Amino acid sequence: MTGPTAVAIRGASKTFNEGSKDEVCALTGIDLDIAPGEFVSLIGPSGCGKSTLLRLIADLLPTSAGSVEVFGKPAAQARVDQDYGMAFQSAGLFEWRRVAANIELPLELMGWSKSDRQQRSAEMLELVKLPEFGDHYPWQLSGGMQQRIAIARALSFRPQLLLMDEPFGALDEMTREHMQNELLGIVAELGTTVVFVTHSISEAAFLSDRVVVLSPRPGRVHATIDVGISGRSDDTREDPEFFEKATEIRESLRSVGVAS
Amino acid sequence: MRRILSFLAVLGVIVGGWELYKFFGESTGWELPIGTDDLTMPHAWKIIGSFFEPVQRGSSEILAVFLLKSAWFTFREAALGFILGASFGLTLAVVMLRSTFLDRGLVPWINISQTVPLIALAPIVVTWGRNTFLSDTQAVSLIAAYLTFFPVAVNGLAGLKSPSEESLELMRSFAAPWHRTLIQLRLPAARPYLFPAFKLAATLSVVGAIVGEISAGVRGGLGRVILDFAGRYTTGPEKLYAAVIAAGLLGMFVFGLTNAVERMVVKGPGTSSDGSRSGGSGPRQTILGLARRVLAPASAS
Repeated sequence: MTGPTAVAIRGASKTFNEGSKDEVCALTGIDLDIAPGEFVSLIGPSGCGKSTLLRLIADLLPTSAGSVEVFGKPAAQARVDQDYGMAFQSAGLFEWRRVAANIELPLELMGWSKSDRQQRSAEMLELVKLPEFGDHYPWQLSGGMQQRIAIARALSFRPQLLLMDEPFGALDEMTREHMQNELLGIVAELGTTVVFVTHSISEAAFLSDRVVVLSPRPGRVHATIDVGISGRSDDTREDPEFFEKATEIRESLRSVGVAS
Repeated sequence: MRRILSFLAVLGVIVGGWELYKFFGESTGWELPIGTDDLTMPHAWKIIGSFFEPVQRGSSEILAVFLLKSAWFTFREAALGFILGASFGLTLAVVMLRSTFLDRGLVPWINISQTVPLIALAPIVVTWGRNTFLSDTQAVSLIAAYLTFFPVAVNGLAGLKSPSEESLELMRSFAAPWHRTLIQLRLPAARPYLFPAFKLAATLSVVGAIVGEISAGVRGGLGRVILDFAGRYTTGPEKLYAAVIAAGLLGMFVFGLTNAVERMVVKGPGTSSDGSRSGGSGPRQTILGLARRVLAPASAS
């Protein structure tokens, strides 16, 4: 858990349609460091640019100003080097591919041999506890199972960083809590750093080592809250410590003017 | 089985209506919009019977066999036209996907291309062909391709653009180059859009081949047969009806052929057999609008 910072953001800002009439300043003056192995959630009212910030880290969008470094290199280089894996709100599995082939997609693009790919996808299916489903098609799986496959795909090439954009947003409450437990187990096993965008206070409180609260339009870092509840399990959700942290996050969100 | 039964039921209603109209006109002696004499409306059984009669007096070949041979001739022209047109259409779709400049520039020309009446264009293509290395039948295939490329290009482009923003971001996060995204994501996602276009294109290629044969004066295919039988209509009107039915059957055959290929290539939901999953009604709506636009100039010619 030592070495260079996993993510280093310095004075990053993002303006859409720069120079035109429809110019929108989404993010401004973002400074953020994320340590290797850390689980950081980005939370804020809708339109605060939390998904945009994630896309700057992923180099899916260019920054308008400032810099984003991932494991000490520019974000663009990190993307080319496949230093991160990504999971979205919609699992986004390719429905013409079987589940195993979906997990193997990035490996295929990286030119892995067929036997290596098969071995890895079997391992990943084991890791997400769906070992019998490799030959199924995505539409034969429930929403939660599809999301687990999407996580397996994002981690198939063992990136040290996992970027997640409201991955459990479309799931029901019970499935969601179950998936949160699973995710913590997986990233603990692999030692992965996670940047997690969410709009759920309890999700942020349960999962995170640190929660970054963003203010709306233009998005800024409003507060950083250390959470890091140790020894998390299902019982944690009924712990006073959990409620305290959730309250702290909620109050911070209120002060940026989200609760109307 | 049910589909065959309902198909036969509708066929029965058409034949029954035909005969009823004819009987009504003949027994009342009224002047109806379409004459009911045997020359204008031969009896349904005479049309069916003509399939099993000699092509002409003294000929040993029955009409059904003759039409089958002619249909095979036209089918080969149409098939070549389909392959040429579909390949060109798909290439065009990829080019327009790649370059927004070409997308904007080409769309009006592609639309204009389909408003030009085929019947006017066909002799030009045949003349070009004669002045180059093309045989007349190859020129006919080219005319068929002219109709075929359009639905494939338009629907193909819509299909290539159909993947969600997240799917495209995913490929970008994998640092996948453009052509890998095309092959691994865009083309498979386009299949529910492409196959309806292929089906329409297949039937259009038959229309194009027949129109092409007629205007190029190519012998051996259904187009020429229709022309000949129309010229000798008074001596055997039922033969022209038989030839038109044969052309319709050929169209149904190529449609069925594309359907069979679709079933082999595309499996499971998210395909056009269950369009509600991925494309919704999108592909179909596009294709219906297309059918109206494309078929209008062709059937007018």
